Amino acid sequence: MFVKTSRVGVLVAALFLGANAGAAQDQSIIVQSTTSTANSGLYDHLLPMFSEETGIEVNVVAVGTGQAIRNARNCDGDVLLVHAKPAEEEFVADGMGVERFDLMYNDFVIVGPDEDPAGIGGMTDAQDSLERIAESGALFASRGDESGTHKKETSLWSDTGVDPGEGSGEWYRETGSGMGATLNAAVGMDAYVMTDRATWISFRNKGDFVVHVEGDEDLFNQYGVILVNPEKCGNVNAEAGQAFIDWLISETGQEAIGAYTLNGQQLFFPNAD
Amino acid sequence: MQDFGEAFGLALSLVVSGDADLVEIVALSLRVSLTATGLACLIGLPLGALVAITRFRGRNAVLILFNALMGLPPVVVGLLVYLHLSRAGPFGFLGLLYTPMAMIIAQMILITPIVVALSRQILEDLHAEYADQFRSLVLSRRQQVMALIWDARFSLMTVGLAGFGRAVAEVGAVMIVGGNIDHLTRVMTTAIALETSKGDLALALALGLVLMVIALGVNALVQSLRMTAVRHAYA
Repeated sequence: MFVKTSRVGVLVAALFLGANAGAAQDQSIIVQSTTSTANSGLYDHLLPMFSEETGIEVNVVAVGTGQAIRNARNCDGDVLLVHAKPAEEEFVADGMGVERFDLMYNDFVIVGPDEDPAGIGGMTDAQDSLERIAESGALFASRGDESGTHKKETSLWSDTGVDPGEGSGEWYRETGSGMGATLNAAVGMDAYVMTDRATWISFRNKGDFVVHVEGDEDLFNQYGVILVNPEKCGNVNAEAGQAFIDWLISETGQEAIGAYTLNGQQLFFPNAD
Repeated sequence: MQDFGEAFGLALSLVVSGDADLVEIVALSLRVSLTATGLACLIGLPLGALVAITRFRGRNAVLILFNALMGLPPVVVGLLVYLHLSRAGPFGFLGLLYTPMAMIIAQMILITPIVVALSRQILEDLHAEYADQFRSLVLSRRQQVMALIWDARFSLMTVGLAGFGRAVAEVGAVMIVGGNIDHLTRVMTTAIALETSKGDLALALALGLVLMVIALGVNALVQSLRMTAVRHAYA
């Protein structure tokens, strides 16, 4: 008997608290986002400007692109901001997203220990450098988590004659974690790793790692932004979500993105149409 | 490792300066984990007592189950709670995902088995002493449960602390259901994970030190409460 009443009490309390939490968030949106934009401090730079202008609060859930898209497919977000164009276009084609907008870009780089055991320093062809890493027997750390960066890395490998999966657990180390965790692991075991430049510049545990390969067009990294379809997800705050997207791709938003620097380096280059 | 020295310095300066973000994160950590512990005790203690005083078929299986559930992986609990609270899930209409309430629910599920299993053992031992008395007084089940919990209240505080310790230290569940949203659902453990992923190991370690000091503080507080109460009770 006692057990029963206390359970009902808990449920009532839970509903009450839940209702309160919901009411406090009317003018707020949830952005399902990739980690690089959050970890590099871009949101800390942009969001206060946007919130001041519009009064809309933006709550960022920073996960890998793969997980962000899955969460958005479950309607657990109003806006999706990620970097894997084919997956984004599929999201829109499936009716889950309203429309995809190009937002900004930067590039991927391949980093590794300064002593460069595979001798890839200065190479400008990403595929060639990956092949050389595989041949040299040096270690390579992969995200292995279906994130935007992982998808890009996988597509680069597929253009080489190497199937890294065969070396999995040996020279090819799949961490199954975020970019930061993978960088920490790579630094810890002196493994080459591909990362987006924004995360790399803002990363604080570089050890003796340096950028070895950059500048290949194949390493281009495009970010896109999509409103989750309110017709599929009734909970989506379409007005506030669209206001956020409109602001990001407006002149003001684009200038704000371009103005963000860390250690004197620009991290993201606006390129909305 | 220069990180250690740097971490101590950072932790000290964060605490001394009363860093506003840190205060907010600490307050949320305490609010979430203490509420989860309170709710887990509200459910778990009576349940543990009930199992302690009752004999039924399959009781051993129930005991084994609760003991095994003490080892629930936080990330699995987080995933299960996510699937239920997601907009696509059965309780999505409540809009609880990515709120402190979702984190409380996840931690409550995580530690209720601990409260049940540990309190059951304590109360069963006590019940062995009290069984004759209970029979002669013809107490109802509910009265027995209440009497046992009340008389064992000092030992049960340790059970609560064990639950709290597990709740405040876990990161897997709150990361998934809370989303580690700045100024909304960021707690100590998710902040530590975030700083680690940024490669700022010194700051991550500093936050870890602060978390350990808080856990120490809560334990010290409960211990002193208990000592005061025991003195009064047996004075």
